[in-house]
Amino acid sequence: MAEMNTSSGGSHKKGPGVKKSKKQSTRVDLTPMVDLGFLLITFFVFTTTMSQSTAMNMNEPKDDTTQQLKVKNSGAMTVLLGKGDQVYYYFGQLEADKLSQQFKSTTFKEIRKIIVDKKNGTPIGDLMYIIKSDKNSTFKNAIDILDEMTISAVPPGHYAEVDMTPTEELLIKQTEEANGIK
Amino acid sequence: MPKVKIPRKSTSVDMTAMCDVAFLLLTFFILATKQKPPEVLAVQTPSSVSAKAVPDKSLIITLTKDGKAFLMLGDETKKADILSNINTSKGLNLSAAELSKWGKREFIGLPLNQIKSSLALTTPIAAEKLPGIPTDSTNNEMVDWMRSITNVYAGGDQSKLEQMILVKGDNAALYPTFKNIKEAFKKTDIFKFRIVTNGETVPIGSELYNSAKK
Repeated sequence: MAEMNTSSGGSHKKGPGVKKSKKQSTRVDLTPMVDLGFLLITFFVFTTTMSQSTAMNMNEPKDDTTQQLKVKNSGAMTVLLGKGDQVYYYFGQLEADKLSQQFKSTTFKEIRKIIVDKKNGTPIGDLMYIIKSDKNSTFKNAIDILDEMTISAVPPGHYAEVDMTPTEELLIKQTEEANGIK
Repeated sequence: MPKVKIPRKSTSVDMTAMCDVAFLLLTFFILATKQKPPEVLAVQTPSSVSAKAVPDKSLIITLTKDGKAFLMLGDETKKADILSNINTSKGLNLSAAELSKWGKREFIGLPLNQIKSSLALTTPIAAEKLPGIPTDSTNNEMVDWMRSITNVYAGGDQSKLEQMILVKGDNAALYPTFKNIKEAFKKTDIFKFRIVTNGETVPIGSELYNSAKK
């Protein structure tokens, strides 16, 4: 280290037989310690500011039965949230004879692409995402799907949370049983 | 003229002082981070891309993972008013001393009919043992709470109140609890509220990311 042996110059000539113990400086180089200190400081500064919680806005519609919004079948996509982070979806309206073709299951990873594809393939005026949460879905699912809407830049007013119908509940239950989701 | 002798000085600087400062700051930051509000109710919030900061004064409804609902009245100026309002409107028969004792509790997590007896206890019930505010569709006491809150804040700026209402839910909380809370909001004409989430960066390549870049 730089400061360790400053007192004992090498050119001292000692007499023969005289054994002199080397005088060592007690000073220690503190530079690495300072480095470490500041490194930790930077670490703590960054971690404190980064773990801030944020607030997400939620707008709920008024329950007004006289003003029911009619949605075009061609522009509607229904997203259903089920047990075990599963997502189900169908386009338009469910038709009794085509249930198995319409009703599809997916995951949160893949739903983004489906949402974007639907958005790009539909005139914006007709576009409507209907979100329905099953009683076994979690709070996280409900927030995540709303976040997906924001991520896919679906304009507000083009997605809404609606209660699930018994048919859909049954369909989810059947699919879950078929796929073995507990 | 004698020559001016310039004394040779060592280039090494004493690091002790700098080291002291560094560790002083380090200690400060370590202590400051740990002093964040001690979370009595452990909640893992979901993440969202929203970047709005959570307001300081807020009414927080916490949903724990076992489906219990708690209410935290963060606005100290109105806390006493809200408590006395619900005391009169729901006939809780609390004395002024009991009300002030109640006001010192950090959060509310009891059905209304158990509040008087819990205030008689010398030590408050531990947070994990509280049953939470009932939110069933048959007995949704959150409606009463929201009604008292809107009564107290009536006349003020409605949008300001809406910004103060926060729902902080656990990832694993089931959806029906959240739905009941939303029902309570709707019944008291609150259509806007906020959800506490963990900040998350916008995924690269997503629509939102592309539109923000333009």
